[in-house]
Amino acid sequence: MPAKKSPAPKSRTKVRELLFGDLWEYDPAPESAPAHIDARYGLFIGGKSVAPKSKNYFDSISPRDGKKLSEIPFAGKADVDAAFAAAKKAFPAWSKLPGKERGKYLFRIARLLQDRSREFAVAETLDGGKPIKESRDFDLPMAAAHFFYHAGWADKLAFVAPGRTLEPLGVVGQIIPWNFPLLMMAWKIAPALATGNTVVIKPAETTSITALKFASILQDAGLPPGVVNIVTGAGETGAAIVNHPGAAKIAFTGSTEVGKIIQRALAGSGKRLALELGGKAANIVFEDAPIDQAVEGIINGIFFNQGHVCCAGSRLLVQESVADAVIARLKRRMQVLRTGDPLDKNTDIGAINSAEQLAKIRELVASGVEEGAELHQPACKLPKTGFYFPPSLFTKVTQSHRVAREEIFGPVLSILTFRTPEEAVEKANNTPYGLSAGVWTDKGSLILKMASELKAGVVWANTYNKFDPSSPFGGYKQSGFGREGGKHGLLDYARLA
Amino acid sequence: MIPITKTPKCYVGGSFIRSESGRVYEMRGSSGEFLANIPLCSRKDLRNAVEAAAKGGAGWAKRTPYNRAQILYRIAEMIESRAAEMSAWVPGKEVRATIDRIVHFAGWADKYEQVLGSVNPVASPHFNFTVTEPMGIVGILAPEDNPLLALMTLILPAITSGNSVVALASKNAPYPAILLGEMLAVSDLPGGVINLLTGDRAEILPTFATHEHIRALAGIATREEAVALQQGASESVKRVKLLAPDTDWYSARFESPYGIRDFVEAKTVWHPVGS
Repeated sequence: MPAKKSPAPKSRTKVRELLFGDLWEYDPAPESAPAHIDARYGLFIGGKSVAPKSKNYFDSISPRDGKKLSEIPFAGKADVDAAFAAAKKAFPAWSKLPGKERGKYLFRIARLLQDRSREFAVAETLDGGKPIKESRDFDLPMAAAHFFYHAGWADKLAFVAPGRTLEPLGVVGQIIPWNFPLLMMAWKIAPALATGNTVVIKPAETTSITALKFASILQDAGLPPGVVNIVTGAGETGAAIVNHPGAAKIAFTGSTEVGKIIQRALAGSGKRLALELGGKAANIVFEDAPIDQAVEGIINGIFFNQGHVCCAGSRLLVQESVADAVIARLKRRMQVLRTGDPLDKNTDIGAINSAEQLAKIRELVASGVEEGAELHQPACKLPKTGFYFPPSLFTKVTQSHRVAREEIFGPVLSILTFRTPEEAVEKANNTPYGLSAGVWTDKGSLILKMASELKAGVVWANTYNKFDPSSPFGGYKQSGFGREGGKHGLLDYARLA
Repeated sequence: MIPITKTPKCYVGGSFIRSESGRVYEMRGSSGEFLANIPLCSRKDLRNAVEAAAKGGAGWAKRTPYNRAQILYRIAEMIESRAAEMSAWVPGKEVRATIDRIVHFAGWADKYEQVLGSVNPVASPHFNFTVTEPMGIVGILAPEDNPLLALMTLILPAITSGNSVVALASKNAPYPAILLGEMLAVSDLPGGVINLLTGDRAEILPTFATHEHIRALAGIATREEAVALQQGASESVKRVKLLAPDTDWYSARFESPYGIRDFVEAKTVWHPVGS
């Protein structure tokens, strides 16, 4: 007769949560490398730093504390004309330069960027507000990697498209956003130069400093004057680029709203266009997913770079059977996120890029509460000056809520549930966007089914927010068209002859 | 004996339809004699065709590439068997070139992915690959000239990858498109994959531009038309690939996988590789 098993003794004390944040303060751990930011910058045209013909400057402030960092030139139409003239002048020699030689410049740029990586990381964090650990460990290494990767393509263009050769387009006008200022610049410039184009590029109004610092790297690399021209300013400057008759192509990364305006403006012009626009990505968690990893992926998916990411996993779709468990763990994980000074090495969530963006996030979050979703924010102390928003999640969200439909571009997660894979696909695709999606499950066949049915340009399975120069990135539907990265990205900067 | 004349109808959703508007326009021969009444399709006909394309298209995209290849080849067989009839309306040379082009694309259906897709060597422990997917419904605006070859040259790159199309045929030479519909109907091509409308370009063009379910546009456009199409397309960030009116439709340049590339989306999938 088998002995009766006695039930395992129940612990009388509840296991205590190990949340140190409330118990003692971390010492500040500020990154102290100098950023070398000039008091005033010039436009970078024809290989030289020049004062704007407009004679106008605007202040660049740090979202970290609202203090002024530098004065940025406001390029007017005459300045944009000068930049296009310089790029046009540089084009014949640059495009005829053997690929091997063009590549050498790009290799140099990659190496010089690596040399000054810390300085640029600090400048990026000061100017844009992202945590230093992200600018140091992600933005800068990835920017250098993009130049290194494309450098190697410059003399191998004959192998990109079988049966065709790649020819440069001419002068390319490029407009980039403020969320990854230097990295977006690398994404735009590297493939354009590798394929033999010359460039007029405009960084975002609030994040011009690393772009203008980057001009010094181009000078140090000995890049021929006019191959890259950097003009700073606001929407007016961007419009001058888009409408410039000298542009063979416009490449834009930014909001869907502005993307549509650009597409409309280019109608009938014959200019090529690439648009990398907004998103409202679904991050889908099935009941058999490795939950702890999924929670880390969800956190990374929405709080990376304060959620200022076009491919952010801003809609969590969690299978009903595990919804409570996942939400409980998410709340616990959010409690230990450190929001604050982006220059502090321990900071997870830094400053919101601008007062304007902060207002937009606040407005959308208020709409979520208004429409009946339930807001959860962990208790955290935010710095008294600067622009900050705590990590937030919404439960009880329905598909019609604005927080489930509109791109918030902030650290705000909207949670919905589903029962079947078909329902998950239906809900995930129920958006005008189609940039990215995430899938978490242990079942391989389900991953492939979901990956093929989700209308998104990038699908992360059991991972999220991964990027690589060799990996094409870009969206379906109203998230834009064209791809950046890999041979797909090269093809978008060339004519097939 | 008095011959039985045929009523020309448009091929939409696998059926032969008249315009919902009840309108027709006269087609006349070279000496001005009456030949037939051609449907003058309306914007509503276009919207109906888009609905038919949505219904037929999903299944077409899910067919295996090998199966799509065989069906495309079957279209060539069906035109070949009625080549003499088609040659009454377009030069024999054009019929031959069209058949050859169809066979060319039949061969691409299970091959282009290996040219356009990639496995990407990322610098992290992930398996990363890029595949293509059809965009959905492609709107086609055929030119007045080369009414068979140009029409099929615009349609083929789109349907080879699994898109479905809604095409507006040449207004002045609509009959090849009418005959083509009859050939498609017996070709094993699922209904709704190719929808052929006849009618007035200026009338229907704005709906081609703005219809949200048409994800891409291909065709011939004058500068004014290109402006209208691009402006309308921008409302839903639609992909637009227009060719100049003087395009040489016989050019071998049309026989490549890069035309297919214009109407597919690249999708990149990441998965961690276990240690």
